[in-house]
Amino acid sequence: MLCDNCKERDAIINLTQVEHDSKVTLHLCEQCAQQKGVETGGSVLKSPLGNFLGAVVKGSTPGALVPASGDTLRCASCGSTLRDFRDSGRLGCDRCYESFDTHLRDLLRRLHGSSQHVGERYEVPGEGGVLGAHDPRSRLLDLKAQLRRAVEGENFELAAELRDQIRVLE
Amino acid sequence: MDLSLLPDGGMRWLDASGPKSTIVLSTRIRLARNVRGIPFSQRAKDADRMAVLERVSDAAASSDHLGSAVAFHLDQMDRSERQLLHERHLVSKELAGLERESRPRPGAALLVQDQVGVMVNEEDHLRLHGMWSGFDLEDAYAEVEAIDAELGRLVPFAFHPEFGYLTSCPTNAGTGLRASVLIHLPGLVLTKEINKVLQGLSQVGLTFRGLYGENSEVVGNFFQLSNQTTLGKTEDELIDHLGKIVRQVVEYEEQARDVLLRTAPEEVEDKTWRAYGLLKHARRLSFEETMNLLSGVRLGVGLKLLPGPGVYTLNKLLIYTQPAHLAAMDGRSTGDRELPTVRAAFVRRLLEEESS
Repeated sequence: MLCDNCKERDAIINLTQVEHDSKVTLHLCEQCAQQKGVETGGSVLKSPLGNFLGAVVKGSTPGALVPASGDTLRCASCGSTLRDFRDSGRLGCDRCYESFDTHLRDLLRRLHGSSQHVGERYEVPGEGGVLGAHDPRSRLLDLKAQLRRAVEGENFELAAELRDQIRVLE
Repeated sequence: MDLSLLPDGGMRWLDASGPKSTIVLSTRIRLARNVRGIPFSQRAKDADRMAVLERVSDAAASSDHLGSAVAFHLDQMDRSERQLLHERHLVSKELAGLERESRPRPGAALLVQDQVGVMVNEEDHLRLHGMWSGFDLEDAYAEVEAIDAELGRLVPFAFHPEFGYLTSCPTNAGTGLRASVLIHLPGLVLTKEINKVLQGLSQVGLTFRGLYGENSEVVGNFFQLSNQTTLGKTEDELIDHLGKIVRQVVEYEEQARDVLLRTAPEEVEDKTWRAYGLLKHARRLSFEETMNLLSGVRLGVGLKLLPGPGVYTLNKLLIYTQPAHLAAMDGRSTGDRELPTVRAAFVRRLLEEESS
């Protein structure tokens, strides 16, 4: 296939860009890809056994790809800030994905070429999904976890109630 | 700790029974999952981590796939024991607390049953994983996926309609799937074609690492090839794509071996016999030298230039000549200066047993 840009050389790179939620795929030769700012293996290659894609963000975490402008944003659930993520590359909790969603959506697109999960769908047990309703074991484990918390919190009245419910299920 | 509790020591993949097992040593699948509403590992307090461990242990105990899993509590194990598990590819360096002076944190655990396991409180709350002999992506994924489905019914996982499974590091979000194959590419290294192949990988969304995954060095011409991205494609697409590329790399490797045999048959024969000779007779061997010699012998066996040893023996040597394994076998510490002598003696013994 010829390069979509110069129509002269063979295309060796498929560049997929997401703009305004529509996906455009360009087939480019190495030179045109470099002009468009895509780092090809040839330009990144330094050490023969280096990790080429890794080299793009070498010595830094994915967090470093997030602009500093949102540094003071804080996740209401776990208290970590976007700055924490920029430093460590790790998020604090699952709610961080909502707290920092604009920044993360952008980052996910840069890392994966897309931010839309198209793989397996998951339904949390017991939440309207058919999964929970079909599996009493899930309810049982949940009750046991609640029982442990009740005992730890010395809430013995609730604990007794939970224990009875567990007995019935068992 | 009693590793004999694990059938095959948790390493059935060593038996070389899988497809293409002279070139592809093993196929590994891992899925990253987190428990909804509990802070991710790095931010989790000890109580959070213990809560995760309890939930996962309870769920595993009542599951079909992990109902009789053996549990290892890493924070209660000696460093040498943790290193053994790491050398068997059952736990990451991070979970085993083997990085510099670190210690495993409370709640760090491994559950193993047959070929599959769950690392608990690693970078993500759960890392479901399994290793299979040879090149067998579809079967491997199907088994790990079955455990995922079962545990997901018992423990609420963190999931987002747009971003998919939520992970501590966004590089794993979406499917949370990392599929990898451990592949031996001496032909491509000797014909100096390897750079071209590795360079091509990055252009098709794959990455490579050394024998022990992330940040590990490439030794003995063993490469781990895996998917780089985890979001925006279905699990099947990710697996199919990796499979297609690996098949191509295997083909290139076979072609490179043909070229070697055609253009330099005596040199290749000499190289593999020398490697075999050194392994059979050396009195001191470093780990790195052992790996490189094993690579030469493996090539010779693959090309039928050497009559033996079998691939199973070669695989066993890869694992058992590592420092913690040798040290445990001989009652020494991993820093013992005599380890190279112990290693050479062990290699000689295994090769003699094989040829007798």
